[in-house]
Amino acid sequence: MKALAWHGKHDVRIDNVPDPELVNPRDAIIKVTSTAICGSDLHLYDAYIPTLKAGDILGHEFMGEVVDVGPKSTLKKGQRVVVPFTIACGSCYHCGKHQYSACDNGNPADNQDIGQELYGHPMSGLFGYSHLTGGYAGGQAEYVRVPFSDVGPIVIPDGVADDKVLFLSDILPTGWQAAEYAEIEPGDTVAVWGCGPVGLFAVQSAFLQGAERVIAIDHFPHRLELAKKFGAETINFEETATYEALMEMTGGIGPDAVIDAVGLEAHGLFVDNVVDQIKASTFLGTDRTHAIRQAILACRKGGRVSMPAVYGGFVDKFPLGAFMEKGLTLKTGQTHVQHYMPALLNAIMEGKIDTEFMISHRMPLSEAPKGYDMFKNNQNEVTKIVLKPGLDR
Amino acid sequence: MSLNNPQGDDAPLDTSKRRGVGTEAAAQLPDGQGDTVVASIVTINRPVGEVFAHFRDFANLPTFMENVARIDVLDANRSHWVVKAPAGKTVEWDARITEEQRDRSIAWTSEDGADVANSGRIEFRDAGPRGTIVKLTIVYDPPGGVIGQWIAKLFQREPKIQSRRDLRRFKQLMETGEIATPAMNPKQFEEMGL
Repeated sequence: MKALAWHGKHDVRIDNVPDPELVNPRDAIIKVTSTAICGSDLHLYDAYIPTLKAGDILGHEFMGEVVDVGPKSTLKKGQRVVVPFTIACGSCYHCGKHQYSACDNGNPADNQDIGQELYGHPMSGLFGYSHLTGGYAGGQAEYVRVPFSDVGPIVIPDGVADDKVLFLSDILPTGWQAAEYAEIEPGDTVAVWGCGPVGLFAVQSAFLQGAERVIAIDHFPHRLELAKKFGAETINFEETATYEALMEMTGGIGPDAVIDAVGLEAHGLFVDNVVDQIKASTFLGTDRTHAIRQAILACRKGGRVSMPAVYGGFVDKFPLGAFMEKGLTLKTGQTHVQHYMPALLNAIMEGKIDTEFMISHRMPLSEAPKGYDMFKNNQNEVTKIVLKPGLDR
Repeated sequence: MSLNNPQGDDAPLDTSKRRGVGTEAAAQLPDGQGDTVVASIVTINRPVGEVFAHFRDFANLPTFMENVARIDVLDANRSHWVVKAPAGKTVEWDARITEEQRDRSIAWTSEDGADVANSGRIEFRDAGPRGTIVKLTIVYDPPGGVIGQWIAKLFQREPKIQSRRDLRRFKQLMETGEIATPAMNPKQFEEMGL
């Protein structure tokens, strides 16, 4: 089959590799019909995440048709499913608490060593996201082996287009969880840093969860336009002093909750950011973190910080003093996708959440390398690229 | 459930920074031997009776203990172990159960002539709604002393690393009925080892 494989920094290629087969009893094999390039794939593309190996197949947002099932799978051949990016067993203590991304068993035993050393505990397996998260082949491929297929994939009713439901695999639940972690109360003002796909879904989710006002911050005019469409007020940080603007827009109080949907590759010419970039490029630090610093300073006293953004390692100049003195609360983590999928599928079916607006480009899988390049270099226009292996067939 | 630590705090003996804890651990095990102690612990979300029974059937062990090539059960208390060592070698010994409490613990020691003298204990404790806590303590004489241990680590056949991974696989098997793997097909699964 054809699959998008990582070969090094800014080097991804379409490789011919053997089709995946069933290995374990709970496995299913999915023939991919739609698969997206995620903003967090750019962290891999830019070689910010350690433990990738040449030839690793990327992609963790995918859906498709069930073509083979193991004896313990509950899926049936021919069903259409969206697959969550977190590989969770459904039977460990954490899965029992619906903390699926903390699953004890989704990550193979040997691969768990890295997480144990780096973070103190290993997290769940993830599709196509380095060997730290299991070394599983990802979904930017014609076929994928899906472990624990009786727990993860959600069956999509006939007649519902791929483009409507694909984002249940990651970014929609991630945006929703980000808003939930902001613990929004009626009347609240929520500020969202980053109007990428997760930020834009966080904007929609924040309103649905009762926010009175959402203020979206980015520097790409097109992305700010999209946020505005969903009712957000916007700040372009290249043209505006963000902290000052936020204070004036909130009567000097600051946003009740702040959401960092930017993560470890924050853009912008700020002194701390330039220092971070130098450190990251020399491996003295791994993460560029201007957005989370600014969010903490802007958040109102006693407010909430929600951080769906991906961070991998260590940061300098984290404003721990501001965090403590202002009595903030931080909630973060990889998304517990399986927990949110059923309710969010309903919300899509009932028209409460718009998903298709996100897709700016559709292309065959064979053009994925071009897609990575476009996504990296034209973030204003490219909000989301969906690859369709069927267009190659 | 653990070995006594005379230190005065509540920390397990195997986590002590003091010298000589390996010998202390051996002294507390029935017919214990060896000078180096390693321990691993895991909580398995299944009832203690089920976890104990699966482990007690030693024929099951090679399915989740990657470095165990073969176990021949000789009689109710004795078994012959063939274990993978660095650089493609194997080491062998006869193990004798020195103490067994159903659903609680199994202690063993290797018999004379072992390639690597070792002893230890696996303990099972009912953890209520969280299932069963399983702690594996191994006391052994590292072949070639510190250098040998370092080489073993290099080849990832060091007992500390192996036992931690083996317990994780035991947990996966008990909780999910299978062992998680990124393998793309059964042949690759075979080649990767467990």
